[in-house]
Amino acid sequence: MTAPLDIRPTRSRFNLQKFANSALDALKGLVPPVVAILIFLVIWQVLTMGPDANLPTPVRTVQETWELIINPFFNYGGTDKGLFWQVWTSLQRVALGFTLAAVVGIALGILVGTSSLMYSALDPLFQILRTVPPLAWLPISLAAFQQANPSAIFVIFITAIWPIIINTTEGVRQIPQDYNNVARVLQLSKSEYFFKILFPATVPYIFTGLRIGIGLSWLAIVAAEMLIGGVGIGFFIWDAWNSSRISDIIIAILYVGIVGLLLDRLIVFVGGLVLPEEQKQ
Amino acid sequence: MQVLNSPTQTSTSYATQEPFLIFDNLSKVYPTPTGDFVVLDGIDLAINEGEFVCVIGHSGCGKSTLLDMVAGFRQPTDGEVRLQTQPIQAPGPDRMVVFQNYSLLPWLTAYENIYLGVKSVFPNKPEAAKKHIVMEHLEMVGLADVANKKPSALSGGMKQRVCIARALALRPKVLILDEPFGALDPITREELQEELLTIWRDHQITVLMITHDIDEALFLSDRVVMMTNGPAAKIGEIMLVPFARPRDRARMMEDPKFYELRNEALDFLYNRHAHADT
Repeated sequence: MTAPLDIRPTRSRFNLQKFANSALDALKGLVPPVVAILIFLVIWQVLTMGPDANLPTPVRTVQETWELIINPFFNYGGTDKGLFWQVWTSLQRVALGFTLAAVVGIALGILVGTSSLMYSALDPLFQILRTVPPLAWLPISLAAFQQANPSAIFVIFITAIWPIIINTTEGVRQIPQDYNNVARVLQLSKSEYFFKILFPATVPYIFTGLRIGIGLSWLAIVAAEMLIGGVGIGFFIWDAWNSSRISDIIIAILYVGIVGLLLDRLIVFVGGLVLPEEQKQ
Repeated sequence: MQVLNSPTQTSTSYATQEPFLIFDNLSKVYPTPTGDFVVLDGIDLAINEGEFVCVIGHSGCGKSTLLDMVAGFRQPTDGEVRLQTQPIQAPGPDRMVVFQNYSLLPWLTAYENIYLGVKSVFPNKPEAAKKHIVMEHLEMVGLADVANKKPSALSGGMKQRVCIARALALRPKVLILDEPFGALDPITREELQEELLTIWRDHQITVLMITHDIDEALFLSDRVVMMTNGPAAKIGEIMLVPFARPRDRARMMEDPKFYELRNEALDFLYNRHAHADT
């Protein structure tokens, strides 16, 4: 979200020279991360080459998981599914839990931000609850829901909601006094104030909260699935550990990382569509 | 009183002699743990309808507090401000404020910024009439062609013009300006001062403006209200500005009376009421 403001598409004609230059710049940008990954792989290879190494080398990891890599869509029933289905199941849980957290979190955040009574009443509670680790919620949600899937979704909900509430509240409280004065002079109605001032002014903060929230919910789902079992990338990792398929664990971790990054980019992308041009900073 | 030669206009002001906006023994006190902090202490002032009054004083002298009480953002501790005999208790569109920091909503276009107020204050007017009011006022400040631009695409002077248009579109009785040109470059500032004078003459509106620019106050106003330093600021002196209207900046600057008044104001601000930390 640090892109400079002035990059607007200019209506200049297609310029081959410019295009070639920007392609070259992009390639140059790729060099450092590619080199870093290669060095990382070499170090990994060297460290695990010995005969009594506990972890597989990168080469062996790829050899052992080749089936999983080239065929992410197999489905042999039960939990024996390709990585795509494992990730897909986890993503569905995240989608449900995170959407609930976003709706409830934004609503609560606006309520708490606009009422100083609510703020003084509820903020201490939020500050305490937000520090609870995601997995600490799992036993209590299992006790409440008696079922694995709703419990996992609840854990995502309760993990993602705090940064959303806290950022939304902060956004409402940070509305410039000038805007509130304008609203008072113009005697804007409640709904006009909400849609024309409060909400647009708060949107950047809301997206910051959503971004932190989606990262936390992806962290939480992998951990929660390890405990609840069934299909899902978290349980896939746990299952692989129990069957001593260390290479499978490594490849699953890679998938978790990539999906987490994509989720984060997704929120940034949606934010870019929603945020008014003037507030992208 | 020295009157400049002006073939068309001989009176010095467009104001009527009726008291319109009245400050009656106005005080503002903030309670603090170490005792009361008096910001303003016993302000008495009567502004006539159609008059242009500037308030000057050092920062921290309570100018903004004074303005906030006229606008209705804050309530006086003692005394009251009356507009046409009605005590001011809350903000309202009859007293429109042009803020120092433009205060346009960045996610709305110039048109939408003005329309928001028009829609709120004149809910019963037909849509076409509302649109007409908005465009009329954008034209008044010469910005009809940037109606659909967002504030980020406008210069500081253009933003402040939109703010003035937004304020006047609601047909206020009093226009309140809080150092409106403070952030502008000198050339734009002079342009806007002249535009403001034209608008004031055409609309016959009462203007209360806060500034710390003595030249600006002398060029624009009928009277300059000079505040003593806070805490417990009072009105130190009220200076009558006798130059004929419409005013011509170049001619005013040649008038020895201008320097007399300017020196008097400077003397008030920097000798008799010098700021503690300057």
